[in-house]
Amino acid sequence: MSVARPTTVADAIDALSAAPDADLLAGGTDFMVEVNFGHRRPRRIVALRRVDELRGWRRVDGVYDLGALVTYRQIEDELADELPAFAAAARTVGSPQIRNAGTIGGNIGTASPAGDALPLLAALDAQVVCDGVDGRRTMPLREFIVGPKQIERRDGELIARVRFDRCRGPQHFLKVGQRNAMAISLVSLALVADIDARRVRVGIGSAAPRPVRPAEAEAFASAAIDWTTGDIAPDDVAAFADMVAAATSPITDHRGTAEYRVHAVAVLARRALQRAVRDLADGPDIADGPEMRRQR
Amino acid sequence: MTQPSTVNDESVTYGLRVNGREHGVQAGWLGESLLYVLRERLGLPGAKNACEQGECGSCSVLLDDVLVCACCVLGADAVGSDIRTVEGIGQPDSLTDVQCAFLAEGAVQCGFCTPGLIVAVHDLLDRSPDADELAVREAISGNLCRCTGYGRIFAAVAAVQRERADA
Amino acid sequence: MPDGSATDTATASAAHASATRTATRSPVRGGVGSDADRPDGIPKVQGRFGFSSDAFAEGMLWGRTLRSPHPAARIRSIDTSAAEQMDGVAVVITAADVPGRATFGLDHPDQPVFAADVVRYQGEPVAAIAAVHPEVALRASSAVEVDYEELDPLVDAEAAIDAAPIHPDGNVVRHIEIVHGSPDDASGEVVVDGVYEVGMQDQAFMGPESGLAIPDGDGGVDLYVSTQWLHVDRDQVAACLGLPPEDVRVTLSGVGGAFGAREDVSLQVHLCLLALRTGRPVKMVYSREESFFGHVHRHPAHMRYRHHADRDGTLTKVEARVVLDGGAYASSSTAVISNACSFAAGPYRVPHAHVEGWAVRTNNPPCGAMRGFGSVQVCVAYEAQMDKLAAALGMDPVELRLRNALETGDRMITGQRITGVAPVRECIQAAVDLPLPDDLGGPLEFPGGTGRTADRQHVRRGVGIAVGYKNLMYSEGFDDFSTASVRLELAGDGRPAATVHSAAAEVGQGFVTLAQQIVRSELGVERVQLRAADTAISSAGSTSASRQTWMSGGAVQGACAALRTHLLERVAGQRGIDLAGARRQVLLLRDGEIHHVDEGWSVPLADALVAGPVEETYEYHHAVTEPLDERGQGDAHVSFVFAAHRAVVDVDVDLGLVRVRQITTGQDVGNALNPRQVIGQIEGGIAQGVGLAVMEEILLSQGRIRNPSFTDYLIPTALDMPQVEATLIEQPEPGAPFGAKGVGEPPTISSTPAVVAAIRAATGLDLRRVPVRPDDIALAPSDS
Repeated sequence: MSVARPTTVADAIDALSAAPDADLLAGGTDFMVEVNFGHRRPRRIVALRRVDELRGWRRVDGVYDLGALVTYRQIEDELADELPAFAAAARTVGSPQIRNAGTIGGNIGTASPAGDALPLLAALDAQVVCDGVDGRRTMPLREFIVGPKQIERRDGELIARVRFDRCRGPQHFLKVGQRNAMAISLVSLALVADIDARRVRVGIGSAAPRPVRPAEAEAFASAAIDWTTGDIAPDDVAAFADMVAAATSPITDHRGTAEYRVHAVAVLARRALQRAVRDLADGPDIADGPEMRRQR
Repeated sequence: MTQPSTVNDESVTYGLRVNGREHGVQAGWLGESLLYVLRERLGLPGAKNACEQGECGSCSVLLDDVLVCACCVLGADAVGSDIRTVEGIGQPDSLTDVQCAFLAEGAVQCGFCTPGLIVAVHDLLDRSPDADELAVREAISGNLCRCTGYGRIFAAVAAVQRERADA
Repeated sequence: MPDGSATDTATASAAHASATRTATRSPVRGGVGSDADRPDGIPKVQGRFGFSSDAFAEGMLWGRTLRSPHPAARIRSIDTSAAEQMDGVAVVITAADVPGRATFGLDHPDQPVFAADVVRYQGEPVAAIAAVHPEVALRASSAVEVDYEELDPLVDAEAAIDAAPIHPDGNVVRHIEIVHGSPDDASGEVVVDGVYEVGMQDQAFMGPESGLAIPDGDGGVDLYVSTQWLHVDRDQVAACLGLPPEDVRVTLSGVGGAFGAREDVSLQVHLCLLALRTGRPVKMVYSREESFFGHVHRHPAHMRYRHHADRDGTLTKVEARVVLDGGAYASSSTAVISNACSFAAGPYRVPHAHVEGWAVRTNNPPCGAMRGFGSVQVCVAYEAQMDKLAAALGMDPVELRLRNALETGDRMITGQRITGVAPVRECIQAAVDLPLPDDLGGPLEFPGGTGRTADRQHVRRGVGIAVGYKNLMYSEGFDDFSTASVRLELAGDGRPAATVHSAAAEVGQGFVTLAQQIVRSELGVERVQLRAADTAISSAGSTSASRQTWMSGGAVQGACAALRTHLLERVAGQRGIDLAGARRQVLLLRDGEIHHVDEGWSVPLADALVAGPVEETYEYHHAVTEPLDERGQGDAHVSFVFAAHRAVVDVDVDLGLVRVRQITTGQDVGNALNPRQVIGQIEGGIAQGVGLAVMEEILLSQGRIRNPSFTDYLIPTALDMPQVEATLIEQPEPGAPFGAKGVGEPPTISSTPAVVAAIRAATGLDLRRVPVRPDDIALAPSDS
């Protein structure tokens, strides 16, 4: 029986090397639910919340680098201007209490199909950095998450950071839940209009075992948009939405039917693209339409 | 109070600082949440257990001045933190403005959600004293109440805001 | 316990003074009609109030229930030996360990304490464990080996009527037929039909079931528990333990909400059995998941309606067929179906009616009491019918309702003449007269909330109205009396202080406040303490059916009157005044003094108490009612309460998301004894009605609950709650103590259909099922 409370990554890795099968604990918002419900019976725990190196975020040379312990609350508060879709996604996670505790590393580690931070990270081609007994590994999120609640973390390894390139241009996150707050997503969608690469990038949540990137739809929209004016033909928006929906493979469960999810994904895709092109028309650097700006 | 027995070979012993006071946890089961430890080992039942999965806010406490659900904190991982519970808000014979407003506005019915809301509303008004009603609603959206429909709770928060602005 | 610390804020208003108020009109603060403070308020805001889950006793064990994972099964064998041998496990008990009656039940005992050979619903208790730690009890429960032979569950309520019985008592718990007027002959010029469904709602009180049982060492047991009715708990526990009732003492522990879910026994018998078997205190606290399996829910309903009216909008006939799914056991289904049928036509004059209702057994979770109690389901249907009828007639829905509204002197479809106040028109008018919200607000206020799914152009607004009614108190001949005692004595400082003893369960509604207010007004004594509610005094009846204000309020008032008489007789005796022959009252208790009307002298109350305390007990009974006869006719109900709601919703039609923006209501309250508490009941009840309209449902798949958690059984958050504006319609009810009606249930009855009507108005859809789910709107066939 043990709880290791390391304060550095090196100490955490030492603790993990002594007990490679130990449970990793960060914000606790997923972990403790499993323990409280008797679904997980921890015997050895490496508690990470004292590791300062894993806190905080920075942007260096156009690359965002977030420590695994960055909370949803931090994303919501500190990244609202730079990454509005990321902040919007964080704002939909659970309750304020959960957002105060839950971490980006935990969202990736839990790898729930409904993980709210994952669609945008997928759209941004984020990289996951793991530190472990055998050193550091960096791999794309799409390879790290291999299925529902399944990740490529090895014993003796911890998720240390998540990184992605800065992407200039409008970005939006929309999530359908059955309640106006504190709802698990029925479907969610993040859309980024990369004005430098002239490329639309989309990540979809709760619509497949893991986050979806609708490549065909992205290519279609990228080509259909007039990147100078923000114009796009209404038929093209509709075609894009259909292509996005076609890329999903949702299930029917107690939260919603597959039919509804496919339908809703198309609606979200259409609206996200309309918002993005409206932003483009308003000006190249407007990342977020005025109406969608955070209200506080 | 005597601390209850534990699960045989899975016990841990540690100390917690709650409301400024040091407490010992002797031979607790490793899996115990901070909520369980507060309620059943330390004699501090103010934080309530209603969902044990962070969906209701009844167990809201401050951990190093951050509002969290005590059910989602591992007791043994709260070591070294300042924990503040509803028992640490106000004095036995003197209520805070938030507590007074909850009573004056009729925000208390069964009272099960009340301790969590008292903690959450103090936290909200400390951080965002001028929150408008929509911001108040969002800030307490993690504290479920089944009796009041929240109307009197909004009224209580507004009353405190008015009172503090006038002070 | 509460310490009677209500001292300030009383703003007693003469407008609330009751026509029936007797004897005293004291200047004492915090009396009837004032916004008196809750006596339990201070400990509640401090976190010091003792809820049943906070109970603690030295050396206590933790109890846990093992429940069936199958909705229908035969139990071939149960092997508890491995669990019993685990370290830290004190005892494992099963049906074989129940010493008394093997079954319990509110209406009749048809539900096993533990399933012995047959399991009839998922979550039915099979065994219970006491262990040193909840985790040990959890592990022990996994170590109990139960060999089940799974059976096909009967889950269709319609089919259950004729299906092979799943219980020795048969599947039809009660069948009611109401034949009013001459339905076979009557007709109307306009006819509308509809089929409606209501899903299974959960009360979702915040404080899960919990309690502590302490053996007294003498074969008896003390139980501290959250419940709605101490005495029926005691009687059921005693019968199952094989003990005389006096050996089971039940004390109310702090109750974290109830809403009907605590009317049936949950853990009471298990806890007492474990305590008696181990000889140690045993505590049990249900998890949220277990709570979903551990109490009854609101009956799902299938309803088929046909309304007939003349071209001018006058209702001529209502035909209805109502099937309630009672789940595996009877609970209060007999009374719920009685209500559903009694109120099936709504608060309207209907000369001819034919209503047929069934409450049936299935292998779904048992259903019983929930706020609104049968009136909620039918209101969803009859109010949809009224809107359909209005559309067919080309008439304004409000006008149609006003035209047919019940009033005093009218007969309802059970033939009972309404003798009390029936301000249906006033309720409707008040709800529609309150101002509408004007704009859509900002993005966070659009449907979808923080998910930010809608832009302004996606939002469509709709407005709907609904009206509902139900009975107060128990019906059909049931004598749900209430007992209270009041004691008046000198406190340590020489001033008078009163103590009220009542077994009325305070579940959050605020009866404790009213009890103090009544004593203050009746006796002119400001300091009023409340003794713990327990079974040391006779029954107060259940905290349900919106009845405690009337019944236990009446008992407290009666005890005060008796006490006043006693006190005046004492003073008369001391002064040598013969009261027996007096033709009118010469002595009065007023303003804390005893006055002689003719002689002008007065004696301070405190002086009259020097000779010792005065205590009186009073048993209050409501007017006698009778069962419905074979044609569903009879004076079955004591009194009725009415409300109307107008809902304003914003709908994102493409995604099927709804934001309820505003509910206005006019509610018949008799007299508001504590207006602030009345508003709290109205807002809280509306929240539950909104929940049923757009999000709350226990989802079942072949009898299994798919969403037993607060992650998936959603109740409204602060961001889901609409703005509420209420007008109290104050018309004192004849015969009611203080003219007051119970106020808890009406807000949940018509708020749901009002929201659904508003969604129909926004979408043009013919929505026939609540809760309305996103699919129902977004995927609706475009031509509907």
